[in-house]
Amino acid sequence: MSEKSIVEIVTEWDIVTARQQGRNEAKAIGFTTVDQARIATAISELAKNIYLYASEGDIIIERLKEKNRIGIAITAIDKGPGIANLQSVLEDSFSNSGSSSVGIPAVKRLMDKLDIESEVGKGTKVRIEKWLKR
Amino acid sequence: MQYEKILSDYLKNQSEENLYIGQNYIRQLIQKNITPEEVINIHKQAVEQLHGTLPKYVEHAYDFLIEVMVYYGLKVKEHQSLLMKQEELRIEMDIATKIQNLMLKTNIPKLNQIDVGMVSVPVRKMNGDYVYFLQDDGHHVSVAVTDVVGKGVPAALCMSMVKYGLDTLEFANNNPSYVLEVLNRIIEKSVDDSMFVSLFYGRFDVENNIFTYGSAGHEPALYYNAKENKFYDLESKGLLLGILPEVKYRQSEIHLNDGDFIIMLTDGVTEFRKLEELDSRQLIREIAMKCKHLNAQQMCDELYKQLLSYQNYQLEDDFTVVILKK
Repeated sequence: MSEKSIVEIVTEWDIVTARQQGRNEAKAIGFTTVDQARIATAISELAKNIYLYASEGDIIIERLKEKNRIGIAITAIDKGPGIANLQSVLEDSFSNSGSSSVGIPAVKRLMDKLDIESEVGKGTKVRIEKWLKR
Repeated sequence: MQYEKILSDYLKNQSEENLYIGQNYIRQLIQKNITPEEVINIHKQAVEQLHGTLPKYVEHAYDFLIEVMVYYGLKVKEHQSLLMKQEELRIEMDIATKIQNLMLKTNIPKLNQIDVGMVSVPVRKMNGDYVYFLQDDGHHVSVAVTDVVGKGVPAALCMSMVKYGLDTLEFANNNPSYVLEVLNRIIEKSVDDSMFVSLFYGRFDVENNIFTYGSAGHEPALYYNAKENKFYDLESKGLLLGILPEVKYRQSEIHLNDGDFIIMLTDGVTEFRKLEELDSRQLIREIAMKCKHLNAQQMCDELYKQLLSYQNYQLEDDFTVVILKK
């Protein structure tokens, strides 16, 4: 059974709460300062996307355990408008480069793994993972 | 570790050499895709090793810097990724240009009844001028000289349209009025509103020595009458291709005798922005007069050579000249 904590994202301050929780969890797991910063930034981006585009959603933080490694997984889930063109969201592009969020490709670079599911009108789910060798 | 050693040397000596070595080392880290925040962490740890435990506020200051540098790192990676994409696109463009050039290739007709020569030099990679020759049914040879206003991919696509339009008219009744009318409709319909094409179309009846011509907003051709030893301008007022959907074009004809020649050109030949006072058409007449004993191709080459030297060997625009000589 993996330990889970959930942060509801409604106000901009909730983004900070999610970051804090994520960082605490990462520190407890044993991630370095730099990795803690990266994990917190990734959570920040996903939470910000929920706040900006879906107006509410959840950040779920959980510990992962495998035979020779441990890690952290964060799932950002919302019932917002959804993403019409997933392909374009997963690519770096000039139009994204000026906006207030860094985009999904950047979050992917901060973590080890990223999965995204989205349906227009239904919502979006993004799951990211980062691992630490035992 | 290496960074620590390099830093330590600098702290001791503060020499230029230490800085140089430091920068070289960082280059290695960049090659290994070490992020900025990671470098700061390496630096922090090195300082801790060299100094001993750091005061709390210094430690916190470093942690703060590491945190905010994460975004810088992301920007750098994004930039690199976009540069790579740009390079991929450039390669695709190069391939497209090669294919384009292959498709638009045109052969200068070799006939006994009339001598044809051509020089077409682009000022950049892709030529905005296009010359099309057609030898049909043995009785006629046609030539189209066109200048596309605009550059890059859209202009190149426009040229393709002109070429295919002319190709499909090959077996039809292709007197200049009709050709221009059809081309105009094709271009007006399918091309961007900002794209215009000027075109001069001439059709030479090989047996009767009659040259029929029409123009869509193109630079007038020059006609030299050997008997009268005089130049005439072959003008034909017509709207640029692609502006209005239904346009009628006039055509005119002249009879060619031995020694006569016609010079078709684009405005890259006549417009010298830096030498505005120069009457370029008069200059062309003078050069042509001096070398009219040469064959058509040699005349084209001579015109190019001399006009290029007038422009100080730097073309301002695509240069195209076609000569038909009896």
